[in-house]
Amino acid sequence: MTVDLQPLFEPAGVVVAGASTHPGKFGFATLHNILTCGYQGNVFATNRGVTPDTPVEILGIDCLPSVRTVPDGQADLVYVCVPAPAVPELLRDAAAVGIRAAFIASAGFGEGDDADGAAIGAEIVKIAAELNLAIAGPNGQGLVSTPASLCAQFVAPWPRRGGISIVSQSGNLASGAMNHADAGGVGVARAVSAGNSLCLGVDDYMAWYGADDETQSIIAYVEGVGDARRFYDVLAETSRSKPVVVVKGGSSSEGAKAAASHTGSLATDDRIFDGLLRQAGAWRAPDVGAAFGAAAALGVHGHMRGPNVAVLTNAGGWGVLTADALEPSLVDLMTLPDDLHAQLDEIMPPRWSASNPVDVAGGETRDTIPAALSVLAEHDEVDAVLLLGLGIQSNTASLFRAGRFADEPDIERICAFHERQDRLYAQTVVDVSAATGTPILAATELAIADPANPGPATLRENGHPCYASPRDAVAALSALYARGRFLGALR
Amino acid sequence: MATLSELDSKTLLVDHGLPVLPERSVPTADEAMQAANALGYPCVMKLSGDHIAHKTERNLVRLSIGNADQAFRAATELFGAARPDDGDVTVLVAPMVASSREFIVGAQRSPEFGPVVMVGIGGIFAEALEDVAFRMLPATSSDFDAMLDDLRTEALLGEFRGEPAVDRGGLVAVIESVASAMVARDDIVAIDVNPVLIRDGAPIAVDALVELA
Repeated sequence: MTVDLQPLFEPAGVVVAGASTHPGKFGFATLHNILTCGYQGNVFATNRGVTPDTPVEILGIDCLPSVRTVPDGQADLVYVCVPAPAVPELLRDAAAVGIRAAFIASAGFGEGDDADGAAIGAEIVKIAAELNLAIAGPNGQGLVSTPASLCAQFVAPWPRRGGISIVSQSGNLASGAMNHADAGGVGVARAVSAGNSLCLGVDDYMAWYGADDETQSIIAYVEGVGDARRFYDVLAETSRSKPVVVVKGGSSSEGAKAAASHTGSLATDDRIFDGLLRQAGAWRAPDVGAAFGAAAALGVHGHMRGPNVAVLTNAGGWGVLTADALEPSLVDLMTLPDDLHAQLDEIMPPRWSASNPVDVAGGETRDTIPAALSVLAEHDEVDAVLLLGLGIQSNTASLFRAGRFADEPDIERICAFHERQDRLYAQTVVDVSAATGTPILAATELAIADPANPGPATLRENGHPCYASPRDAVAALSALYARGRFLGALR
Repeated sequence: MATLSELDSKTLLVDHGLPVLPERSVPTADEAMQAANALGYPCVMKLSGDHIAHKTERNLVRLSIGNADQAFRAATELFGAARPDDGDVTVLVAPMVASSREFIVGAQRSPEFGPVVMVGIGGIFAEALEDVAFRMLPATSSDFDAMLDDLRTEALLGEFRGEPAVDRGGLVAVIESVASAMVARDDIVAIDVNPVLIRDGAPIAVDALVELA
């Protein structure tokens, strides 16, 4: 059953319970982040120092003495920074004024061997069921919901809006994924640090993301899944509607060695988990960066219809390394069909490679790359195109501009031409992939070496990823192919 | 926890479609020799009993038996190696299969994941290669088929050292038979079919062990 997380991610109002005047405290930072990131709903804050004679104001908000005094029906979500023993009463008060969801940032609910904390934790589980509260955390950083302009967390970042939704059992890996999103061109819809999952687990968030219109792809970081069967069922169900990329922490730990059977000694938890992910149709990534790369491609491009990849490059070396990266991957460096070869021959410079990778060998004119992208993406047998070398013309321009001769005649004109070309290439990637349905990915180290470069920058502005290496792009292509296979959408 | 004898393990799995060799289970060395004569040489003999789970470790397998004398001697040794706590034992006599490829197919019920099925590269390097793939049970035929794609040494499924490619559907059927038994019987804790040999491309289970709760 999917728990309704609407009040968590789309609240009409938010209360920060335990707001603080000290910028070093969670209760300050969270209020600050909610107020500064453009949230349009009601914002309330509570501070236990408030009395009729001693008002407390934080960042322009007049604090209330307790959640009980929040106007009825004006808030859906309470972000809890108060110590654990005060939380059960706070939740009852919250429910009484119409609040339907809580994010508990505080710790002390039996995470270690603390019996008192565990008792409070158990009480909260009871309260959640009794009062129908969606309770996230405890011991988590918070949540982000860009469609609601809501940054309810005590840490950065506040990522650009986009289609990736994130759930993480580690708060800073949630931040890590959001940092990649912000730098990588494809933004975030929702993100939550699941904390210790007293009530809501990774599976609950995944299930809700699966039905969320704002979510195009999902990243889940997990270390342990309480009920592996439920996790599997939810993952399989979610995968049918949205691609899910999973990063599993702790995969190096060995499973139990059973004596009698060989199967037992080979059956480490990680290997079984790997099978579980494949069976459920999820894509496994080795780290958060790779997960972002896969989720970005899956969110923007959906899937590949087959394994055939055409590589378009303006220099040999990149093509060679890309061919090497394709070899052990799920996708193939395709052989160019005769008709495609003939089409390319008409638009390519005479010294082109005449094979895949399609190398223009530095002989391109103004329209060669855009024309080749179209010809490749439009061909029935090409399932994806990988463009290498985006941004090198602008790179040349940037040294011209920075150099001693920037004022010489024609320098500015040629710089503008170079930059216009890279923008054109990037825009062609965006337009042609949308028009043909053929995924086109770009890989250039300039994506990270020179983020302002007009090539990668134009992709980012259009919500497209730009990969820092051919290997990263090939990993994303493999994810697209696996998705097509899972959906039964191969040619 | 109890183990079934090799014979009973195979009988159970054959009901779910496991392909095995024609083999005889006999209670005496004389009958073992007669069975070997009937099946032809070379043949293999193994001691089978409910409490025998580690035949190789206990040296209870005799390979490449070439004639009646060797057959009688091998069977006598095997019966002589039986321990009192092995219970009732028989000698299994089977034709010897020459195969350069071995696979392992198994299943287990784990507290965390419930019933799961496994296929992997078998043979002497199995535990060094650790090239295995798992699926949660129950699963579909296409899940079983996809397991073979997960193996890193997938090349072993193709033509290999002059032998034809592995009958992929046949290997999937072995996985399916083990999975089917696991799903049908709640009291099965683990199944090991090891090795699964490849004879003219066709997989055939040469040994099996079923553990009951």
